[in-house]
Amino acid sequence: MHEERIALAAWMLGIALATIIFVMRSRRGKPPVIRRIAALEAVDDAVGRATEMGRPVLFVPGIMDMDDIQTVAGVTMLGRVARTAAEYDAVVQVPTSRSLVMEAARDAVQAACLTAGRPEAYQADRIHYVSDEQFAYVAHVTGAMIRERPAACFLMGSFYGESLILAETGNSVGAIQIAGTGESSQLPFFVAACDYTLIGEEFFVASAGGPAGLGAVAGCREDLRDDVHRGGHGAGHGGRALARAGVALRVA
Amino acid sequence: MSVLDRLDRLDRRWIFLAMFVAVAAPILYIGVTGRTLPEKVTSTSRAVYEAIEATPEGSRVLFAFDFDPASAGELQPMATDLMRHCAARKLRIVCIALWPLGNNLAEETIANVIGADFPHMRDGVDFVNLGFQSGQQQVMTVLTTNFRKGFPVDERGRDTADLPILQGVKTVADFPLLVDVGAGYPGAKEWVQYVVTGLKGSMRMVAGTTGVSTPQLFPYYPDQLAGILAGIKGAAEYEMLVNEGLGGAPAAKYMEAQRRMGPQLSGHLLLVGLIVLGNVIHFRRSRGGQA
Amino acid sequence: MIARRVVPMAIAIVAGLVMAVSYFVRSIEWMGEAAADVFNVIAAIAFVLGAGSLLKANLSAISRRDRGWGYAAVTLAAFLITLVVGMAKIGVNPSPDAPQAAWSGSQQTAGTPFGWIYEFILSPLTATMFALLAFYVASAAFRAFRAKNTAAVLLLVTAFVVLLGRTYAGVVLTDWMPAWASGLRLENLSSYVMAVFGTAGNRAIMIGIALGVAATGLRILLGLDRSWLGGGGSA
Repeated sequence: MHEERIALAAWMLGIALATIIFVMRSRRGKPPVIRRIAALEAVDDAVGRATEMGRPVLFVPGIMDMDDIQTVAGVTMLGRVARTAAEYDAVVQVPTSRSLVMEAARDAVQAACLTAGRPEAYQADRIHYVSDEQFAYVAHVTGAMIRERPAACFLMGSFYGESLILAETGNSVGAIQIAGTGESSQLPFFVAACDYTLIGEEFFVASAGGPAGLGAVAGCREDLRDDVHRGGHGAGHGGRALARAGVALRVA
Repeated sequence: MSVLDRLDRLDRRWIFLAMFVAVAAPILYIGVTGRTLPEKVTSTSRAVYEAIEATPEGSRVLFAFDFDPASAGELQPMATDLMRHCAARKLRIVCIALWPLGNNLAEETIANVIGADFPHMRDGVDFVNLGFQSGQQQVMTVLTTNFRKGFPVDERGRDTADLPILQGVKTVADFPLLVDVGAGYPGAKEWVQYVVTGLKGSMRMVAGTTGVSTPQLFPYYPDQLAGILAGIKGAAEYEMLVNEGLGGAPAAKYMEAQRRMGPQLSGHLLLVGLIVLGNVIHFRRSRGGQA
Repeated sequence: MIARRVVPMAIAIVAGLVMAVSYFVRSIEWMGEAAADVFNVIAAIAFVLGAGSLLKANLSAISRRDRGWGYAAVTLAAFLITLVVGMAKIGVNPSPDAPQAAWSGSQQTAGTPFGWIYEFILSPLTATMFALLAFYVASAAFRAFRAKNTAAVLLLVTAFVVLLGRTYAGVVLTDWMPAWASGLRLENLSSYVMAVFGTAGNRAIMIGIALGVAATGLRILLGLDRSWLGGGGSA
C-alpha cells in the first residue's frame, strides 16, 4: 500500500459512494436539479440552421486520445448532435486527430442515426482521421472550414494552443459555434470567439445526459466541500485509467 | 458609409497586417541595434534562479523537454538559459522528453549550450539525453517506482544501468531538482500531480511554461513548484539574472528571451489600441442607437 | 449484443478497477502498468486504421476533384515520402555501437533526410501555425472585448493591466509612483492580479473540472455511461 496515497483513496471512495447514492436517488425519481445551460439548448437551433442553409455541421472532438475523459465527453456530445442532425437530415463532418477517436466517433454516430430511425444517414467517410500532429490537424480543419463553410461548429473535447485558431476561423465563416472543454487555459479563447461555451464542469454535466448521469454529477458535488481538488484528481485518475483501458480494449 | 461603420466592418486582414508590422518592426530594430529592454524581475522568476543556485554542486538535475517546435519560439530561450545555468553551476544534467519532438529540442539544446560552451562536460558522466519515452503521465508514475524501467536505454542506445551519471538512481526521488520546460499535456501540471506532490518535498521542481498555460500553475506555487518562468517575459527576467550572475558579455543565443520582449511590447500595445478602438466604435454606435 | 456491449463493458470495468486500485496498492502496480502498456500497443496498431482513413479520404477527394483537392495531393505526397524515408531509414548511417548493422542508426540524427524533414519542414510549419495565434488574438480582441456591462468593464480593465504590466510599457507608465504606492505599479499590479485573482478563479474552475472528470470516470466505471460503446447515452 502507498501510505502517502491513503487520503487520496479515502477521497475516491467518498466520491464513489456519493455518486452511487445520488444515482440511486435519481433512479427512484429524485433527480438533482440542474440549472439550464444555454449552450445545450442551442444545439438544436445550430443543427436546424445548418439544415435550413444546406451547409454541413462540423464537430471537432478535441486533439487528445480516448484515454482523456474530455474526449469521452466530447464523443458523448457528438452522439447527441448526430442524433439531432439525423432527425433534421443535416450532414455532420468529424475530422479526428486520433485513430481510436475516429473509431469511437463512428460508433457513436452510427448508433445515433439508428436511434433517430435513419440508419441510412450514417456515412463512415464523414468521420475521418487527419493527423496526430497538433497543427497539421488544425491546418486541415481550418482549411475545411474555409472551403465548406459549415453553418455550425461544435468544438468539444480537449484543446490546447489551437483553440483560438479554430474558433476564430469558424467565426470568420459565419458559423454558430458551441464549444466545451475542461482545459481552463483555453476557456477564455472559446468564451471570446464562440457563441456558447460549456465551461469546465458544465461540459461534463452536458455529456451526463440521463438521470443517472446527472446523479453521478450531483454525487461528486455534494460529497466535497473542501480540498475537493485533490480528491477529484484522485478519482479522476481512476476514471482516466478506466477510460484508457476500457475504451482501448473496446475499440480493439 | 461612415468612418465608424467602415472601422466596425474592418476586414480582419488589415488587423493581421497591423500585427505583422507591430511584430516585425522591433525584430528588425533589435536585430540591427542589438538593444534590448530592461526587465523588472518578478518573484516567480527569481525563485527559479534561486532554486538552481541552492542546488549543491555535482547534484543531478532531471531536465524534461515537454514541448515541440510549435512553442519553441516562446520556450526554447528559457530551455537554453536553464541548461546554461545548470551547467555553469556544475550540476549533472539528465534530459528526458515525454513529447516526441522534445527529444530533438533536447539534442539541439545540448549541442548549442554544452557542446559549444561546456566542452569539458562528458556525455554519460556529466550530462546525458535519455530521449523520448511514450506513455505520458504513465511514464511519470513508473519513474516514481523504478527509474530505469522508464528509461532502459539512453538516446544513443546505451543501457542506463551502465551510465555513471545514473549510478545510485533508483527512482525519480533521487534527483533533488526537476526542471520542466513544458507547453501543455503532459507537462508541468502532470509532473506536479503525479510526481512532486507524492514526494512531499524531497524533490524541488521549477517549471517554464507558455504564457497562456501559466495561470494553471500558480495554485502550485510555492509549495509544489519552487519557481515558475511565465512565458517569454519570465524567460527574459531569468535570462537577465543568469547573465548578471555569470558575468561577462553574453553571446547572442543567451540574449534571445530579452530580444523577444521587444515584439511582445509592440504586440501588446497594438492589442490595447485595438481594444480601445473597438470600444470607441461600440460606444459611438450605442449613443447613436445603432448598437 | 453480448459481443458488442457486455464483453467490452466487462473488460472496461475490470481493467478500470485494476488500474484505479493499482495506483494505491504497491503489490499490483504491475497490473496497472501492464494495462497501460496494452493501451499503448493498441493505440500504435490503430495508426494503421488512421493511415487507411487518411489515404481513403484524400484519394477520394482527388478522384472527385473536390474543392481543394490539390491540398489532398500534397497531404498524400507528404505522408508517403515521410513514411518511406522514416521506415526505410534512408540516408541513415549505422550506429557507432553496431557499425555492421545498416539500420542500427537513428533517423533523427541531424543531417539525415528524416532529420532534414524535421528541421526544415516540420519545425517551421508548426512554428508558423502556432505564430498565427498572434493574429487571431488581435482580431478577437478588436471584435470581442466590448464594454457591454459591468463584468465586461472589469474584464477590460484587467486586460489592460496585464497586457501593459507584462511588458516594459508598465514600467515606463508607472515607474514614477513613490515606494509606498509601488503595489500600484503596473508590473506589480499585473503580478498581483495573476497570482491572487487569477489563481482564485483558476482554482475554482480546476476544482469544477476535477469533479466533472471524476463524475464522468465513475459513470463509466459503474457502467452508467455506455455512450462510448456507441449506442444510447447514460442509463
